[in-house]
Amino acid sequence: MISLNILEITYLIASITFILGLKMLSHPDTARKGNLIAAAGMLIAIVATLTLYQEFDSGKGLNYGLIFLGLAVGTGIGTVMAKKVQMTSMPQMVSFFNGMGGACAALIAIIEFQHHQHATVSGFDGELLVMLLGLLIGSVSFSGSMIAYGKLEGKIKDKVLPMNQAINMFLLAVIIVLIGIQMFNGSDPLFFYGLLAIALIYGILFVMPIGGADMPVVISLLNSFTGMAAAFGGFLYGNKAMLTGGILVGSAGTILTILMCNAMNRSLTNVLLGAFGAGSAGA
Amino acid sequence: MESILEYIGNNMEMIYFLVLAILLGVEVISNVPAILHTPLMSGANAIHGVVVVGAIIVMLQASPDNYLALSVGFLAVVVGMLNVIGGFVVTDRMLEMFKKKPKKS
Repeated sequence: MISLNILEITYLIASITFILGLKMLSHPDTARKGNLIAAAGMLIAIVATLTLYQEFDSGKGLNYGLIFLGLAVGTGIGTVMAKKVQMTSMPQMVSFFNGMGGACAALIAIIEFQHHQHATVSGFDGELLVMLLGLLIGSVSFSGSMIAYGKLEGKIKDKVLPMNQAINMFLLAVIIVLIGIQMFNGSDPLFFYGLLAIALIYGILFVMPIGGADMPVVISLLNSFTGMAAAFGGFLYGNKAMLTGGILVGSAGTILTILMCNAMNRSLTNVLLGAFGAGSAGA
Repeated sequence: MESILEYIGNNMEMIYFLVLAILLGVEVISNVPAILHTPLMSGANAIHGVVVVGAIIVMLQASPDNYLALSVGFLAVVVGMLNVIGGFVVTDRMLEMFKKKPKKS
């Protein structure tokens, strides 16, 4: 019981470092230190979760082995990629890592759904809703970020489907209907994975028509999406570090997106829809 | 309808938390200069990497013979950690570049 309390305190410390880090990142003099402070908070949260979440259980040796292997692989690849990347390719790198975060949130939702299927809940199933939203936003963010990455890398050409915006609206409606069906009729794996597939397609079609020059704005928007997906994960586990980190990025990212639009003298809808018109004229 | 209200009531603490954190996020970055937009985006990107904590929790909860959960969870830990490490390192490199600029000019 004591270890759980210590864990909660480390999450509090991590949350504070995220807030301070974000605050310091928005001033030129302190920006670099802010980044390091947030990184330190993240390290504390990860180490504390590993050591304190459950007392070490020798029956779960395999789990611990896989976690450490996963952390090592992620750290290795991430460090190499981030160190090697050219300064001019920074935005697509951010987009790539953002997509990874979105994928992580979606994968968590998938596993939790596996567990959840066996539980019977009468009435409103809030847990399922949180799971579905995490899955939805995480996978949109993943596929969208990958397209943004590919576009900035020059691997994916600008391509606009005929009636792209109408198709997007239709997909969005399908997503809402699917969520509604699952909320009222209980969750069926078919609908769950259908939602996953449609969310991935939506992410692709959402970013596809937007021109390269507007990409940083889109990446910032997807960044705030991933933040929200992380926050839904935090809600699911009652994990306050995930909740603060996610929501902070979700709201700060949204404001940042708007600020970036303002810096270009454009509105967000103009960036998201206006580029579509330009693209179709070109095609 | 009643069950929705019940769910909200049971999670009131978290919902307060959510609302306050949203307002805090807006406040915290409201005065950022345009030159810092990209590093701030990158830094925020690293911070939402905290989702890796969720991936670790998933792995710790999974029973050792549930190979599906273990393999999906493993993937989640890898991509989550990529987000964290990559995000912080890229942000640091960007800000490093910012520091050098005033010296040259």
